[in-house]
Amino acid sequence: MYTNLFLAVIKNESLLQNSFFRKLDKFLDVLINKGGYTRVLVGLKNTLIIAILGLVIGVLIGTLIATVRVIPKYKVLPRVLNGICTFYVGFFRGTPMVVQLLLFYYVMLPLMGLNMSGVNVSIIVFGLNSGAYISEVMRSGIQSVDGGQMEAGRAVGLSFSTTMMKIVIPQAVKNILPTLGNEFIALIKETSVVSFVGAADLYVAFNMIGTNSYEFMVPYLAMAIIYIVIVVLITLGIRLMERGLKRSDRRN
Amino acid sequence: MTDATENTKLIDVIDLRKSFGELEVLRGINVTINKGDIVCVIGPSGSGKSTFLRCLNCMEDPTSGHIIFDGTDIADMKVDINIHRRKMGMVFQQFNLFNNKTVIQNIMLAPVHIGLSDLRKAKLKAAFGKGPKPEKTKEQIISEAHDRAIELLTRIGLQDKADVYPSTLSGGQKQRVAIVRALAMNPEVMLFDEPTSALDPEMVGEVLDLMKQLALDGMTMVCVTHEMGFAREVGSRILFIDEGKILEENAPAEFFANPKHPRTREFLSKVL
Repeated sequence: MYTNLFLAVIKNESLLQNSFFRKLDKFLDVLINKGGYTRVLVGLKNTLIIAILGLVIGVLIGTLIATVRVIPKYKVLPRVLNGICTFYVGFFRGTPMVVQLLLFYYVMLPLMGLNMSGVNVSIIVFGLNSGAYISEVMRSGIQSVDGGQMEAGRAVGLSFSTTMMKIVIPQAVKNILPTLGNEFIALIKETSVVSFVGAADLYVAFNMIGTNSYEFMVPYLAMAIIYIVIVVLITLGIRLMERGLKRSDRRN
Repeated sequence: MTDATENTKLIDVIDLRKSFGELEVLRGINVTINKGDIVCVIGPSGSGKSTFLRCLNCMEDPTSGHIIFDGTDIADMKVDINIHRRKMGMVFQQFNLFNNKTVIQNIMLAPVHIGLSDLRKAKLKAAFGKGPKPEKTKEQIISEAHDRAIELLTRIGLQDKADVYPSTLSGGQKQRVAIVRALAMNPEVMLFDEPTSALDPEMVGEVLDLMKQLALDGMTMVCVTHEMGFAREVGSRILFIDEGKILEENAPAEFFANPKHPRTREFLSKVL
């Protein structure tokens, strides 16, 4: 009885193995012989471009908003700017990325009479979106820098903005680098929704391979592996960067 | 040289008041600081002496009153305070060296940045035919600032620390670098906000020695301090502040030997 069960298990396993390797063969066939890899490469490129440029735009916008938020608010202009920033952050944190993509692509662009590729739309929306998140991160980073640094900069006659750019923000960035890394990883993963506006990312590439081979198990598995590999590489990169930036903390 | 007092007057503080919300910290300070004066400000904690010092270069904006520095009322919010702060060096209790810059970068940052931005403005003016061509090139400004920084570091014996980050320095070394960082702008007056209060006792001496040197070189100094020995030895005038007012102002010998105000006597009996 046990022998039978054992045989059945082995049989099942081999079945599973057989079917898996068959699927793998199909996948590799489409991937390599039928040019699927070009789509994967394009998808990979778009995913990285959208995430990287999105992060760059996000850091710029986030730094700007965070700076506005920490300016002393005696005067009218900083108060107005602060109000705008609060609304901006509230909007982009209060709606899903997909909704923002759709709004931008199907509402904003037609209203402005513009035409843009899905990738460009995604870059802009990812930048605007991550700018809202990064602004909060950057604000806490700026507030974590000792107030004496700003005072010392002002005391030698540098302006608020110069001290901010040369002294405070570099130290703030160092403090928030791990969090910025998380934001980058989140952006990489969120690129999987850009097909909503017709941008060809990794999901589109592997979905296409799946459709062509009538088989989705291996393509989606491969897609997951690629995402994991990217994220692991980014994590390593951030760790190296952190080590480099820690130089000014080291006592030797 | 008709009126000697007018010529030597550097900072004139007129009815300076400062409130934080409901709390009135400075209640009408009047004092004149002349060129070459070493004014030591003493008083109990919470008396407003640090606030007074920080108002002198508008690190705290005065609530009312005037601070006439080089003929300009810098308490006026319309004045570009950055230009005047360049002529007023400030040294903090907590050193406040720029953590992300090496020692020499700390010293060079302001002279180079300000030199280069002035150069850009001068070039722009010259391009429109509204001014002479700038005398110095970018490279000259940087190399002059570098030479000056090395000279200052050599003066305090830290030339071999030029390329390390502040986190590797001792407290006394940090404070001496902070002092020469302020000197790099060639200020007309140096403001010291309890420069030795955050130091280990054995490092107080090296900082006070440097300050004495500055005093001997004729630098105008305003110094909030708890170092009575320094005030007595180096100071040319002592201000005693309590509850936001100057209660007593005198030459150090007279001040310590014959305190007039009862509050001063009480304070001195506690600290001496």
